[in-house]
Amino acid sequence: MNNSPYIFDAVRTPRGKGKKSGSLHEVKPIDLLTTVLDALKERNNLDTKEVEDLVIGCVTPVGEQGGDIAKAALLYAGWDEQVPGFQINRFCASGLEAVNLAAMKVASGWEDLVVAGGLESMSRVKMGSDGGPLMFDPAVNTKVGFVPQGISADLIATIEGFDRDTVDGYAVLSQQRAHHAQTNGYFNNSIIPVRDQNDIIILDKDEFLRPATTLESLADLKPAFETMGEMGFDSVALLKYPEVENISHVHTAGNSSGIVDGAALLLIGSKEKGAELGLKPRAKIVAVAVTSSEPTIMLQGPTPAVWKVLKKAGMTPKDIDLWEMNEAFASAVLKFQKDLGIDDAILNVNGGAIAMGHPLGATGAMLVGTMVDELERRNLKTGLVTLCVGGGMGVATIIERV
Amino acid sequence: MIRYNKRTSNIVTLTMDMEGRKSNIINHEVGRAFIPVLNHLKKDLAKGTLAGVILTSAKKSFLTGGDLDYLTKAEDPVEIFNFVQKQKELFRAIEKLEVPVVAAINGAALGSGYELALAANHRIAMRHPKTLVGLPEPTLGILPGGGGIIRLVWMLGIQKAFPILTQGKRYAVDSALKLGLIDGIASTREEMMDMAEAWIKENPVVKKPWDEKGGKIVGGTPHHPKIAQMVAMATAMLVKKTRNNYPAQQAILNTMIEGSLVDFETALRIESRYFTQLLLGKVAKNMTKAFWYDLNAIKAGENRPKGFGKFRPRKVGIIGAGMMGSGIAYVSAMVGLEVVLKDVSKPIAERGRAYSDKILSKMVDRDQITEARKQEVLSLITPTENASDFEGCDLVIEAVFENRALKSKVTKEAENYIDSETIFASNTSTLPITGLAKESSRPSKFIGLHFFSPVDKMKLVEIIIGEKTDDETLARAFDYVKMIRQIPIVVNDSRGFYTSRVFRTYLLEGMALLQEGHLPNTIEQAGLRSGMPVGPLALTDEVAISLIHDILAQEEKDLGDDFQLHPGIPVIKKMVGEFKRLGKAKGAGFYDYPTNEKKHLWKDLASHFCKEEVNSDLPELMDRLMIVQSLETVRCQEEGVVTSVADANIGSIYGWGFPAFKGGTLQFIEDYGLEKFIARANELAKKYGDRFEVPQLLLDQVK
Repeated sequence: MNNSPYIFDAVRTPRGKGKKSGSLHEVKPIDLLTTVLDALKERNNLDTKEVEDLVIGCVTPVGEQGGDIAKAALLYAGWDEQVPGFQINRFCASGLEAVNLAAMKVASGWEDLVVAGGLESMSRVKMGSDGGPLMFDPAVNTKVGFVPQGISADLIATIEGFDRDTVDGYAVLSQQRAHHAQTNGYFNNSIIPVRDQNDIIILDKDEFLRPATTLESLADLKPAFETMGEMGFDSVALLKYPEVENISHVHTAGNSSGIVDGAALLLIGSKEKGAELGLKPRAKIVAVAVTSSEPTIMLQGPTPAVWKVLKKAGMTPKDIDLWEMNEAFASAVLKFQKDLGIDDAILNVNGGAIAMGHPLGATGAMLVGTMVDELERRNLKTGLVTLCVGGGMGVATIIERV
Repeated sequence: MIRYNKRTSNIVTLTMDMEGRKSNIINHEVGRAFIPVLNHLKKDLAKGTLAGVILTSAKKSFLTGGDLDYLTKAEDPVEIFNFVQKQKELFRAIEKLEVPVVAAINGAALGSGYELALAANHRIAMRHPKTLVGLPEPTLGILPGGGGIIRLVWMLGIQKAFPILTQGKRYAVDSALKLGLIDGIASTREEMMDMAEAWIKENPVVKKPWDEKGGKIVGGTPHHPKIAQMVAMATAMLVKKTRNNYPAQQAILNTMIEGSLVDFETALRIESRYFTQLLLGKVAKNMTKAFWYDLNAIKAGENRPKGFGKFRPRKVGIIGAGMMGSGIAYVSAMVGLEVVLKDVSKPIAERGRAYSDKILSKMVDRDQITEARKQEVLSLITPTENASDFEGCDLVIEAVFENRALKSKVTKEAENYIDSETIFASNTSTLPITGLAKESSRPSKFIGLHFFSPVDKMKLVEIIIGEKTDDETLARAFDYVKMIRQIPIVVNDSRGFYTSRVFRTYLLEGMALLQEGHLPNTIEQAGLRSGMPVGPLALTDEVAISLIHDILAQEEKDLGDDFQLHPGIPVIKKMVGEFKRLGKAKGAGFYDYPTNEKKHLWKDLASHFCKEEVNSDLPELMDRLMIVQSLETVRCQEEGVVTSVADANIGSIYGWGFPAFKGGTLQFIEDYGLEKFIARANELAKKYGDRFEVPQLLLDQVK
């Protein structure tokens, strides 16, 4: 490719608990975004008028996150008024989709420097508050077999035979790895503390972690989707999966991704533009892919997306040094791991959304940043990031250190 | 400090009575004192022997604010943030007592004092002229940091709370009740306590709406598109009013809106963060300096000669029933002084009294005073054409035209009828007092009182000491000005005194800008954006171009070779001489004044003065218009015309509308940064001339 897109920098806020008592609840969504905009500008001594677009993933773009939050944040952060910005929504993969779109813009040669990332303040703008037919329209739900994602996750566990201990075991691993990474400062390079207008720190590290988590403590948690399943959603799912007798509800608040607030950004551009501005490339975006699959089981999208992206890159799973698959639900990760035959030791090595939370629109961009940091720390070359997505979609990105 | 007293029926009265202070405030000490009291209440509650709490004060006021001395010195944002959060915890603890709490507001409850009252479940105020409630914080450039914003938003709704919170007015009990700031009015302390007790008995179970599950803000939040639209409008309205120069108003609106979108505790934290930001900002420093420290110093009599008993005049004579004389008559009668208002004929003098009638009738219409009160005030004003009626006056003020001969004539005429102790004051804005005093038979009792028009709205009086004025006369004049509820500043005699002299530099700088060829509207904008209430061209029109022309001509005659040629003078000469546009009063000046239409800039103005090649750098224009005033103030200081910083600052704000957010002409220099100011003035001096040269006095202040 003539115009390979490079990642020059990646920044993110810490993730705050997505409820009233969460540290970032008092912070407006736009302030989360300006926190990372300020940092990106400052760290890279960036002349902002060189940036040709800002792409922001946001899954609930209403209220305080509505009305093209990307452009609003650019203006509020005092970036050059020439910089345009827009917001996209590909559900949970919005943050990665933003990165991929930026990569495509640069790869096409039509833009040379783009900022991409995502934002979600789940404590302030409630999940689902944007409505949408894929949830609130009975005609649509009935026809497409809509179920909440937790039902899908439990369905995967049932079909794959992941019992409660297996999914909880994965959750414990996520907690341990995240705690280890946090304690050893693996995230420090990218985390930008959120401060108030007086420069007082509001939050400087991910606060959702529960390092004391054990199999025993997780065993006490109630299945989160059992009731809604029994009320009807199990039947909706089983219409499509007649071979399944009963859905086994193994997912709980402890082995599903956490609700959190946060934002993340990456600076992406061509090699030439980087050289012109004195930016050091940290990684190259090799290939990106998006696919879609059966929508009721929904969370198996990463597998086809990954095969597609590997094919585009001319690679096989063996070429990937590290994997990040978003921990939306333990079963989704385990199923993906099984499909691709990935070794435990190189998948989600610093934990994931089960331990640290999943700020919907931002997660994909956070994962890419985490991947770049970890490839550098381990001195490895190739990383793959993927997420399962509502509606059965899957998104994947391969990056290579340079 | 807080007296605990259990009344009948298990109702506890907490009486705040801070030692060594005239009034209670909220400070660290009070915070500590409340801890054992709250613990005691909780014990009572646990034992089932607490039915309610009445919060009141042993002072004349309830509680009058926060610890400004501490707050204005604090520099660490974390310390300030923690301090206000602590204060909120205290209020919150009172609020969460689970028994009804009534604030028995026995006197002024302002700032933190009113915020404490808001923490109660019910507020009863005792009727008294001095019982004022409100949140005046924005007038000092800060915001109510004790939960006042958040509680009022919840209680009144965004729309109703907005003007109350951003204007910072103090409300008398009747209007406070109407607005919902208090819940009841008592006429005596006993009645107040009885009403409080009765309310507690009727409302044994209480919970604030914000502590109620599903509690909602009255009138809704910006989650609703209708409210969101209103917020957009309110934001623009605020910009129109403040031109973004008053961050407190902005921060209050932000706190209201951002606070309305989250739970109560989070909202309180948001309020604390904005509070901290404002307190550490320059505007709060400027405004607390001017409106707290400077104004208090003036009111405390910093410049009043010591050793003279308080002057309590009963009867005052006023010569001249024009706009000024009528205004002075009005403010004097309002405080109960007998007024003899004299003019050349009785009908003209009657017109002077009619001025008061007009103002008072308006107040009656607005329910601010009663008809009886109006009659009482009017009956104190006696219009006359006979100087002999001045007999028995403690003070006579002449307010005739600015004409030496006329002033001399009326002085002599009045002095025939007043005794040797009576003060004679001349209301003048330009004529040196020492010269006028020469016409008096008792120059030691002769003094200048420069009132501003309209007197009932303009709070300043510039007291001018003539060469022979004695200290007692000054002390008495000072007391009189305070008595009529005006703000006295004291200056020494000089051409234009302090206010007129410095004010003129603003106008003339505007003329100079026009002469250089800048667009008229850009000049006006530079003035307005700097925070001046009116642009220099419009203001020159108001004063009358012809008047400035005449004053300058007189000066030129008086001073001869010493007369300083200002680059703005050619504009004045041209406007008066060539274009015959004399000012607003004549219907034509820099502006046109079409009847029934808004004034607009004279369409030929640009073609006569503007040069296309001139580059108008707005920040530089603004600097020139403001710095020139500060420099002239320093010169006044240097020459001993003004002797106190407080007088200089307050005189500039109240005298000619120097921007309050800058804290006055001298505080402007602090705000700018002394060294930066000097450097900038030097640059301007090089480009534009001597008037920007830095006086030695200022250079000496650089360490």
